[in-house]
Amino acid sequence: MSFLATFRPQRVLNTARRLRPTSYLKPGAFTAVRFATTKQTATFKPPTSEDLIELRERVQEFTRREIPEEFAAHVDKVNEFPAEMWKKLGSAGFLGITAEEEYGGLDMGYQAHCIVMEEISRASASIGLSYAAHSNLCINQLTLHATKEQKERFLPGLISGDLVGALAMSEHSAGSDVVSMKSNLKATETGGWVLNGTKMWITNGPDADVIIVYAKSDLQAGKKGITATLVEKGMKGFSVAQKLDKFGMRGSNTGELVFEDVEIPAGNQLGATGEGVKVLMSGLDLERLVLSAGPIGIMQACMDITLPYVHTRKQFDTPIGHFQLMQGKLADMHVKLSAARAYTMAAARAADEGAFDTRDCAGAIMYASNMAVECANDAMQALGGNGFINEYPAGRLLRDSRLYTVGAGSTEVRQIVIGRSFNKEYA
Amino acid sequence: MSNLRILVPIKRVLDYAIKPRIAASGKAIDLTGQKMSLNPFDELSIEASVRLREAHGARISDILAFSAGPTKSQDALRTAMAMGADRGLLVDTNNELEPLAVAKILKKVVEKENINLVILGKQSIDDDAGQTGQMLAGLLGWGQATQAAEIELKDDVVKVVKEVDGGTETVQGKLPMVVTTDLRLNEPRYASLPNIMKAKKKKLDKETLESYGEGLQGRLEILEIAEPPPRQGGGKVEDVSGLVGKLKELGAI
Repeated sequence: MSFLATFRPQRVLNTARRLRPTSYLKPGAFTAVRFATTKQTATFKPPTSEDLIELRERVQEFTRREIPEEFAAHVDKVNEFPAEMWKKLGSAGFLGITAEEEYGGLDMGYQAHCIVMEEISRASASIGLSYAAHSNLCINQLTLHATKEQKERFLPGLISGDLVGALAMSEHSAGSDVVSMKSNLKATETGGWVLNGTKMWITNGPDADVIIVYAKSDLQAGKKGITATLVEKGMKGFSVAQKLDKFGMRGSNTGELVFEDVEIPAGNQLGATGEGVKVLMSGLDLERLVLSAGPIGIMQACMDITLPYVHTRKQFDTPIGHFQLMQGKLADMHVKLSAARAYTMAAARAADEGAFDTRDCAGAIMYASNMAVECANDAMQALGGNGFINEYPAGRLLRDSRLYTVGAGSTEVRQIVIGRSFNKEYA
Repeated sequence: MSNLRILVPIKRVLDYAIKPRIAASGKAIDLTGQKMSLNPFDELSIEASVRLREAHGARISDILAFSAGPTKSQDALRTAMAMGADRGLLVDTNNELEPLAVAKILKKVVEKENINLVILGKQSIDDDAGQTGQMLAGLLGWGQATQAAEIELKDDVVKVVKEVDGGTETVQGKLPMVVTTDLRLNEPRYASLPNIMKAKKKKLDKETLESYGEGLQGRLEILEIAEPPPRQGGGKVEDVSGLVGKLKELGAI
């Protein structure tokens, strides 16, 4: 992947910006100097290309040992995340990729996190999904928004894998329209809150020790009334109603959570009262960016199974990979994967260098997730009858790929986010 | 009871999972663009030395990872340091080095660094020579225990359970010694990212081949490299007497 080392995403993004009307140019948008953003730790320095290539190899060594194909098939079959994997990921250093070193993190940034996510998803998309929910949705949000005291309390355990993290925003009746959530917080005299409500489709929900929960502290204030709090396992009134029985990603535990008069101390509030939507929306951007590496891992897994198969399977005395229609399919799969990977890494590099772009975060996952479903379909087709048998991974890859067109904002929401952003520019 | 200064020579080879392709010349393996990794038997050596340190603490005063090869071999040395070696030494050369040349270089390293235990992989998976450890022991005049499945250190005596054709053979020798590792010795640890980061700060020295003097040129010429002939189909026999008859027919018994 040496082309990544020479690909200059800044030039691509700059060209697009220059074509806009000059009234919109933001000062300092093109400079290579990092300006202060709220997306990085204070100590962060972007890694070099060599660092990233080496990182990818190290993760591959880990997945080769700890997540071989038989294991990935197994977690899918038993519909259960392997609990022992958290400590393994923690000891390997994968859980705190964007977290500060003083809590055990590696402070390596989003390109690094995308690479780790891609390689874990390549091995098992389910484990990758749970990994992303823990390491990005929970740990990264804490890194960017928690107080020092909260970080000291939760980050070391989360980063070592002793604690499992999750994030809860969606509800039965609040998916795309997440701001219409009904879970609510009533203020107490001690400055804390009492939480009531339910959450739905929460990755790691059934296992989590620490959950970032978004709820309305002011039910009349719409999006200005959302506050984020930290709910811990064992708090009275917090329970898991059910573990969902899903079509794909069956090695990742997803749950419905119930909060009945859960008392939350003031010290567990995350960010300012009523500011929850900022935490939520900025978190969504970063979630989409890192999650976009998930479908890329799936596409790579599709290539991993298709390429050897079409060169081994012979029909009419010829490996089927030599037939033109199959060559065309391989070419299409390769280009979809490479284009998606290039887009995600360019957006991640921009994020690392301080030129963060919401549109590209939404665009990266929108593109990658759509392409992954297509590639998984192609892989199943390329494997012919064997693709239809569960002994082969093609079916699992297709089932897992379907999550990413709705998780972290559906394709349609991503399109609207990008479209509205242009509307705002030209208003 | 002396302190141990351990030397772990390692080699960067074609990754074990990749199917080797023969180069157009028919005299070499095509390595262009292929993934290279640490020789699996060398991972066992590093793991063995780190486990000795875990068992004997400060008695293991130094673990030196060594490699002779192209500059990229330093990646393998960094992995070794991430697994627990204290420092690395690279003899940077693009020359093909045969086992005897490597053994001669290692002899000089042993003398310079005051090594009293050398742990090598029993063979490297590219040439499968299986000679370097034995040649080194011969050049040094040290005892050797090859194909180790178990290594035990007590005072200055090293006891090794060796894998042999008939089963296992247990030998013991006094330090200084050469030991080569076999598959059942241990399961190498994964080098975690934090350890890899820390390893970047460990010392990695580089030297040239010239500083190792004469006598390092190759003495062997590779005539041909070819894939083994494709497997012929077998035959089916009815029963045990049929099997015995067939074996007699083939002159096997």
